[in-house]
Amino acid sequence: MSNATFRGGVHPYEGKELSSDLPIKTVQPKGELVFPMAQHIGAPATPIVKKGDRVLVGQKIGEASGFISANICSSVSGTVKAVEPRTLLNGSKATCVVIDNDGEYTGIPGLGEYRDYTELSKDEIREIVKEAGIVGMGGAGFPTSVKLTPKEPDQIDYILVNGAECEPYLTSDYRQMLECPEEIVEGLKVILKLFDKAKGLICIEDNKPEAIAKMESVVQRENRIEVKVLKTKYPQGGERTLISAATGRKIYSAKLPSDVGCIVDNVSTVIAVYRAVCKQTPLITRVMTLTGDAFNRPINVNVRLGCSHAELVEEGGGYREDPAKIISGGPMMGFAMYDLNVPVTKTSSSILAMTRDEVAANDPTPCIRCGRCVAACPGNLVPQKMAEAAQNNDYDTFVKLNGMECYECGSCTFVCPAKRPLTQTFKQARQYVAAQRKKK
Amino acid sequence: MSKLLNISSSPHVRDGSTTQSIMWDVVIALIPATVFGIWNFGINALLLIVTCIVTCVLAEYIWEKCMKLPLTVSDGSAVLTGLLLALNLSSSFPLWMAILGSVFAIIIVKQLFGGLGQNFMNPALGARCFLMVSFAGQMTSFAYNGPVGLHYQSGKELDAITTVTPLAAIKSGETANLADMFFGNIAGTIGETSALALLIGAAYLLIHRIISLKIPVTYLVTFAIFMLLFGGHGFDLNYLAMELCGGGLLLGAFFMATDYVTSPITPKGQIVFGIFLGILTGVFRVFGASAEGVSYAIIICNLLVPLIERVTIPTPFGKEGIKDGK
Repeated sequence: MSNATFRGGVHPYEGKELSSDLPIKTVQPKGELVFPMAQHIGAPATPIVKKGDRVLVGQKIGEASGFISANICSSVSGTVKAVEPRTLLNGSKATCVVIDNDGEYTGIPGLGEYRDYTELSKDEIREIVKEAGIVGMGGAGFPTSVKLTPKEPDQIDYILVNGAECEPYLTSDYRQMLECPEEIVEGLKVILKLFDKAKGLICIEDNKPEAIAKMESVVQRENRIEVKVLKTKYPQGGERTLISAATGRKIYSAKLPSDVGCIVDNVSTVIAVYRAVCKQTPLITRVMTLTGDAFNRPINVNVRLGCSHAELVEEGGGYREDPAKIISGGPMMGFAMYDLNVPVTKTSSSILAMTRDEVAANDPTPCIRCGRCVAACPGNLVPQKMAEAAQNNDYDTFVKLNGMECYECGSCTFVCPAKRPLTQTFKQARQYVAAQRKKK
Repeated sequence: MSKLLNISSSPHVRDGSTTQSIMWDVVIALIPATVFGIWNFGINALLLIVTCIVTCVLAEYIWEKCMKLPLTVSDGSAVLTGLLLALNLSSSFPLWMAILGSVFAIIIVKQLFGGLGQNFMNPALGARCFLMVSFAGQMTSFAYNGPVGLHYQSGKELDAITTVTPLAAIKSGETANLADMFFGNIAGTIGETSALALLIGAAYLLIHRIISLKIPVTYLVTFAIFMLLFGGHGFDLNYLAMELCGGGLLLGAFFMATDYVTSPITPKGQIVFGIFLGILTGVFRVFGASAEGVSYAIIICNLLVPLIERVTIPTPFGKEGIKDGK
């Protein structure tokens, strides 16, 4: 039987061998830690500490300010040095709580102590997930407690654990599947407790046979959990493509996974749920991959949130060669950084330092209408025509061509032989259309 | 850090293939047919091929220089146009007419409409049709008396005589040798005679994923069905095979109908395009005055591409079966 997949997609160079065999190393921060109040989708959190306050590891320092928002907890103990706007990874400024680390890591009461989730009610579990400030750690940063509170919980048939890790270079999810499979399964069981009918599917691409074997051995005795092997193809780990590949169900932009009875959570997110519920530890650490050909020693690290990216570069053994481009996240959807003095957030999955920038190396040439973008688009769109419309500022046509269904995976741009900046054009057009719609 | 970091919007990686590599792949795929054409028709064929390629490249270079446009000669598209045009000419075609045709292809069909990617019809075929209308006699006179390569080997004198193509022979009720048509020891344009050489090139394009089977297969299948129904020979597979191997059908189906710029970009549109091509080619071959019909069929369908695309925009992922898009 061939492995589950979707129509379209691309096969970029994987580059995972740089870091896939390297165990996760825990790294302690040295300097100050910076906690942006906006590191999730939704309303920014409100700081609830002020300059001079003493904080402990796991202590809430930012309070969710709406239904779609998330708490922020301190990852160290120490003193609040400032509550001020700081530059974030994407170049914008947001209110941040800055904490001077005292290096003692004194925790809040109960931190790390075992708690039996089977004795908790569904509402208690949801409340714990919410308090812990857990958001989708695959990159989107959508508050997990909101995801776990669908309108009709009885209609949820599948909890999909996203272990596809289809972005090239990244190996943090892979390492976690190898090193703490039990936590993933326990975390999934916690989530399954919320949905009586649901079945758990741990979805992994077939380029990670060791992770598949490991997870399969752990779920053997679990009758509600299965490992689902997916074909290796980008963007297999995208929410829509993953749901379609694993369950055959399909959603488009206006639908939520829960509309087709699915909830998708990243491997890291599921581990965070486990730690919050069973270990009384809020979301204060995450695993990152430091990789790319510019690093001396690529590495997978477990870091405390709020730590500076610049500090982590040393963990990769410094640079072998000056990087031309540094990306936070994967090369397909990640964000190019211009300054490393920005804090690690809940959604920072990697530092990818590359000595060659393929974008700068390839100037766009005229479109030859080869149709590769059409073949690659997992959304079944016609990027060539969308780009033409967007470049002419013909937004009506852009929308008619289903431009708003694009989820900016970058596949069309990757395959384009004319090296045209398709995805970039769509991002602008989509933002413009969304803004116009808001005005109405 | 000593130097500034590049920033740009994602994605940050690019596939290795470029416009240039695609164009050269198509040129490579045409090598079997080209080499066979030279072996079959001799030095005249070589001269025509070189003339067309050089003229096309020069025309593009001079135009872009004069118009102060970025030079795109290195992308290989002009070379490809020249080669395709030459393969569509009779080996006895006068060189100055070939030059005229090449200039027409590049300047009139391609550059006047905006250059690479903007031409609404295949430049080589546009030029072929222009030459056909202007110099019908020279375009349809085929001098041939067996492969020049064989004559050369056997030391015989060259003794080419003007003859008709097998396709024209069949049309006028005579018969032709199917094996010769498959291997290409027949009269015709330089590049169209050997079905085998063309299929080898087509296989190369398919393996390298330069083209997909959609257009050629729907084209050929539709054409075959049309010929069985209306060809007037009933269910005669031998006749059908000769119609498929003969004339410019295979060259057209695999190398010209699949031209990116002038074929639909939508998957369904490509199938519609192939069906139209098959029907039109059949109509021209059966009911037309000439035995040929491929080039006119293709350029007419080229003109239909915007309309075909308009009605074949695919349904987005997840919206199948949802009517109003809501």
